[in-house]
Amino acid sequence: MDRYRNNALAIDALVRDAEVHRDVYVDPEIFELEMEHLFPNSWIYVGHASQLAKPGDFITANIGRQPVLASRHTDGAIHVFYNRCPHKGVKIASEPCGNTGKFFRCPYHAWSFKTDGSLLAIPLKKGYEGTGFGDAQANEGLSRIRNVVVYRDFIFVQLNDNGVSFEDYFGESLSTIDNMVDRSPVGKLAVVAAPIRYMHTCNWKMLVENQTDTCHPMVAHESSAGTAVKVWKREQGSSTETPMAVQLYGPFMSPYEFYEQSGIRIWPNGHGHTGVANSIHSNYSDIEGYVGQMVAAYGEKRAHEILGEVRHNTVYFPNIMVKGAVQILRNFIPIAVDKTLVESWVYRLVGAPDKLYERALMYNRFINAPTSIVGHDDLEMYERAQEGLKSNGNQWVNLQRLYEAGEQADVTAVINGTSERQMRNQFHAWAKFMTIDMGERIEAAE
Amino acid sequence: MITEKTITDFIYREADLLDTMQWQAWLDLFHPEGRYWMPLEWQQHDPVLQPSLMYEDLLLLKVRVERLAGERTFSQKPKSRCHHLFQAPQIIACDPEAGVFKARTSYIYTETRGDMLERFSGWASHDLVQVGDSLKIKLKRVDLVNFDAPFGNIQLFM
Repeated sequence: MDRYRNNALAIDALVRDAEVHRDVYVDPEIFELEMEHLFPNSWIYVGHASQLAKPGDFITANIGRQPVLASRHTDGAIHVFYNRCPHKGVKIASEPCGNTGKFFRCPYHAWSFKTDGSLLAIPLKKGYEGTGFGDAQANEGLSRIRNVVVYRDFIFVQLNDNGVSFEDYFGESLSTIDNMVDRSPVGKLAVVAAPIRYMHTCNWKMLVENQTDTCHPMVAHESSAGTAVKVWKREQGSSTETPMAVQLYGPFMSPYEFYEQSGIRIWPNGHGHTGVANSIHSNYSDIEGYVGQMVAAYGEKRAHEILGEVRHNTVYFPNIMVKGAVQILRNFIPIAVDKTLVESWVYRLVGAPDKLYERALMYNRFINAPTSIVGHDDLEMYERAQEGLKSNGNQWVNLQRLYEAGEQADVTAVINGTSERQMRNQFHAWAKFMTIDMGERIEAAE
Repeated sequence: MITEKTITDFIYREADLLDTMQWQAWLDLFHPEGRYWMPLEWQQHDPVLQPSLMYEDLLLLKVRVERLAGERTFSQKPKSRCHHLFQAPQIIACDPEAGVFKARTSYIYTETRGDMLERFSGWASHDLVQVGDSLKIKLKRVDLVNFDAPFGNIQLFM
């Protein structure tokens, strides 16, 4: 039974000023509509240009339900295609990444394509003579995605040809990516290893919301970060040097006041970040030699400006989170209404000491791995929420904390760090990009 | 005198302590400098500058063990249990003079919690050292056959 398809008003009604209806997390039809509308209408991260270092390098990804393939052509350009052969629809590339050489070759009938997607050859070509094949869509080769932007090596695509432009979509929020890249003395990041992957049996939006939820760490993570701090205090003996591990775990136990004062910044279109004034990443030890490298590269003032920006989690709506201060990007990939694949990538700061990469890898396995005790705390809560939302007792999720009547949407603002306004910001964007291409509502609004 | 049988017995005892949830006794098997490592790459050689699922020293393992019993450890309500099924450990080195004791064990590991049951297959490599009359773990390395798969929670020890 379709309740929401082509019904922008019904979808709008799921998002109130300070509440959302449970159907956004549990209704399979809503999930399908997210795949058909929300993801194609948004700018989605597919990978990093360093994964496509040489001509012929490729990576694969999914955007909503759609398999895509990004490749580096001989002229250095990056192209993104739908990952299907124009002949019978077979996926051209099946691995997460690789090098295809000079051309892609379909494993079924050996149709082959240049790395810019154009059709190179078909076996027994004469069988197509006089068939009008020249006018067929298949003759064009791999279907190219037109809206591809490589921003400081981050590859974003938008499937909808007529959607919001990249600049209008992200605006000032790109400053977090800028800061992460600028943390390399040569202004470059590199992916040199596969991500940590973690399957979550919950709706993808629970993970995204949790990135700017600052009222849960001291509660949910008492078991992990709290125990780490307790064991360290008891067993450190006479040592005063806090090991890297305790530096990473400890700040999770900061009190509410710390998060309140850290602040949250919101941006239009659902983007926003925690850690404006300071963050859980503020007080890590200096890595020997690194500040000197930065000063040499950028000058005293600019280097300290870059390193003084310690944003905690930046949400790029709809489904990635960037952590500039430890060079991590988490991709929340929706699989089903109650199933989400999380891929946590670590970027290496090119030219910086190894120790920074070591710390980022450590953070990733402490916090983002299926073996992470912090991860266990979070996933337990998401799974309980996915179960609990089946309750008919109350069908609304409350996002009212520090709500003010008349709150404006799609604005830039800095607010109290324990506000749930970034979640409200995301749901405003959610309703917008779910329905922006559903005819009726656009007419009604404009 | 440490013999091949001593090593084998040690590995069976270690698994038994895990299966019977005698966590403190399990921690006592580790050398103070011991490490527990689960790589994230095929034939990984570097636990520090290559990503891993786990690479923990004794302090961090103590944190895990203490957490399992914590009043507010919600992911352990209900508690997990585990089971190890082995092939006979393969002795790689047993050299009392050099103090080198290594074994590799192929196994299937099961972790269960509530109605959930997950199976993992892999190899455990033990680097052991002699302390007094007994052996201690210098490095326990766990290589899963599908280290690159997206797992749900893995809460206990393989």
